[in-house]
Amino acid sequence: MKYIIKKFGMMVATLLVVSLCVFLAFNIIPGDPALKMLGTEASPELVEQVRAEMGLNDPVLVRYARWFLNFIRGDFGTSYNYKVPVGSMILSKIPITLTMGIMAFIMTVLVSIPMGIVTAKHENGLLDRSITVINQVIMAIPPFFSGILITFIFGMILRLFTPGGFVNYTADFGKFVRYLIFPAVAIALPKVAMTVKMLRGSLIDESLKDYARTAYSRGNNTNGVLYRHILKNAVIPVITFLGMALADMIAGSIVIEQVFSIPGISRILLTSISNRDYPVVEAIIMGIAMIVIVVNFLVDVIYRIVDPRIGLEDE
Amino acid sequence: MSKARKDLKRNIKSNPYLLAGLIITGLILLMTIVGIFWTPYEPTAMNASEKLKGVSFRHLMGTDNMGRDIFSRVMYGSRITLLIAIGTVAIGAGVGTIIGALTGYFGGMLDEVMMRIIDALFAFPSILLALVIVSVFGTGWIQLLVSLGIAFVPSFARIVRGEVLRCKNMDYVENARLQGVSDFRMIFVHIVPNIKGVMASSIMIGFNNAVLAEAGLSYLGVGSQPPYASLGKMLSDAQQYMFTMPSYVLFPGAVIVLMVLGFAFLGEGISRWK
Repeated sequence: MKYIIKKFGMMVATLLVVSLCVFLAFNIIPGDPALKMLGTEASPELVEQVRAEMGLNDPVLVRYARWFLNFIRGDFGTSYNYKVPVGSMILSKIPITLTMGIMAFIMTVLVSIPMGIVTAKHENGLLDRSITVINQVIMAIPPFFSGILITFIFGMILRLFTPGGFVNYTADFGKFVRYLIFPAVAIALPKVAMTVKMLRGSLIDESLKDYARTAYSRGNNTNGVLYRHILKNAVIPVITFLGMALADMIAGSIVIEQVFSIPGISRILLTSISNRDYPVVEAIIMGIAMIVIVVNFLVDVIYRIVDPRIGLEDE
Repeated sequence: MSKARKDLKRNIKSNPYLLAGLIITGLILLMTIVGIFWTPYEPTAMNASEKLKGVSFRHLMGTDNMGRDIFSRVMYGSRITLLIAIGTVAIGAGVGTIIGALTGYFGGMLDEVMMRIIDALFAFPSILLALVIVSVFGTGWIQLLVSLGIAFVPSFARIVRGEVLRCKNMDYVENARLQGVSDFRMIFVHIVPNIKGVMASSIMIGFNNAVLAEAGLSYLGVGSQPPYASLGKMLSDAQQYMFTMPSYVLFPGAVIVLMVLGFAFLGEGISRWK
C-alpha cells in the first residue's frame, strides 16, 4: 500500500512538472494572446481591457495555478481562432484516438506474447531465425510508411477497406471499429516486433537461471517449466515496456491519423500548431501527457501485483 | 596489421549484424556524400513534360508530380535526414552524457532532482515534446533538430548514469582516486572512456530512432520546408500519387527503411562486439 501511495505521489509530482513545463513553454512565446484574439486592428484600450479580463497581468505562477485548476475542472480555455471553448472542440475526438491506441495495444499483446514464447522455445531454429530477421526489418519501417503501404495493398488493391472512408463512432460503431483496424495494425507492427524481441531475450535469460534448472531436476517437462516458472519472471520487464508502448501508441496515432485521414485529435493539433492557436495545442498536449502519466502509474501498480518483490524496501 | 584492424576483421567475420550494418550504412552514406557534389539533376528543377514518369535510365527512380527527378531528391533528402539525425544524437548524447555522468558520480540531491525531471521527460513521448517545441519556435529543420535533440537527452542520461554508477566503485577508479585525480578528470578522462562500448551501441540506436522520429515529424510537415524536402516530407507529398505512380512513394520510403535498418544492425553488431 505504501508503495502505491509513493507511486501516486510521484505521479502527481510528474504531472505538476510536466504541466508547468507545458505552461511555461507556451508563455515564453512572443505575442500577446489578447491581441491575437481581437486581431491587429483593435484599439489599445480594448486590448488592455481584454488583457485584464483574461488575467494576463497577473504574475506567472498565479496564471499557472489558475490554468492548471481550470484544466483539472475540464475548462481548457477558448480557442483563438474559432472563439469556442477548447473542450467542445477536442472532447468528441478523444474517443477516436483512444480507441485506435487501445486496439493497437490489444493487437500487440495478443500477437507478440505467443510469438515471443514460440521463438524462445525454438531458439536458433529456422522459425526463430526468420522471425528475428523479419522483426528487424519491421522495426525499421516508420509506422506512417507501413500505413501508406497498408492503404495501398489492403485498401486499393485488395479493397478490404475504403481509404478515406472513415465512419464516426456516433454514426455506426461497428463500421468505425472496422475502419480503425488497419490504422491500428500500422501502429502495432513495430511494437509487436520490439515486444517479441524483448520477451524472447527475457525468456532465454530466465531459462538459464538456477531456479529453472531446479524445476527441471524435479521432473518437470519443458512446457511445465516454461509456463509455470519462467514465464512469470520473464514477463515483468515486458510489462514495463508495454506500458511505455501504450503511451507511445497513443502519441504515435497522431501520425497515423494523418496517413489514414482520420479526423481525430491529430488534425486539430496540426492545424492549431500552424495557426498558432495555443490554447488548443496546450490542452491537447496536456491531455495526452496526462493519459501517458496515468498509464505509467497503472503500470507501476500492475507491476507490483505481478512481482511482489518490487518496492519491498519501501514497506 | 594494427590491433584495431585485426579486431574489426575478426568481428566482421563472426558477426553478420556488423557486416550487414556496415554495408547498408556505407551505401547510404556513399549515396548521400556523392549527392553533395553531384546529383543527376538539380533536386528542385521542374520539368513539365516529364511529370510522374516511372523508372527509366533517364530517371532511375522516376519523377514526381512536378517532373523533378526523384533520385536526385532522395540524394538531397537523405542529406537533410542524416544531418538532423547527427545533430539530434550529438545534442542528446552530449548533454545526456554530461547530465548522466554528473548525477551518477555525485549522487545526492542533484541526482534526485535531475532524475525526477528526466523521468518526467522520459514518460513524455518524444513526438509530443518535439511538437511542443516546434509550435513554440516555429517549423523548420533547425527547430526540429533542437527539439529532437532535447527529446533524446533523457535516454542517454539514463544509460550513462547507470554505467557510471556501475563503474564508480571499480578498482581502477579507486586507484585513480588514490593518485589524487580531480572529480572532473575522473569522470571525463577515466570513467567515460571506459563506457564507450555501451555508448557506441546506444549512439547507433539513437541514430536509428532519430531517423524514424525525423521522418515522422517531417511527414507531419513540421520539418524542412519546400522546395527542399527531407525523406519524410517527400513521402507525405507522394502519398496521394501512390496509385498513379507507386515508385514515387516506394523509393523514398525504402531509403528511410534502409537507413534505419543500417543503424539498427550497426547497433546490434557493436553490442555483440567481442
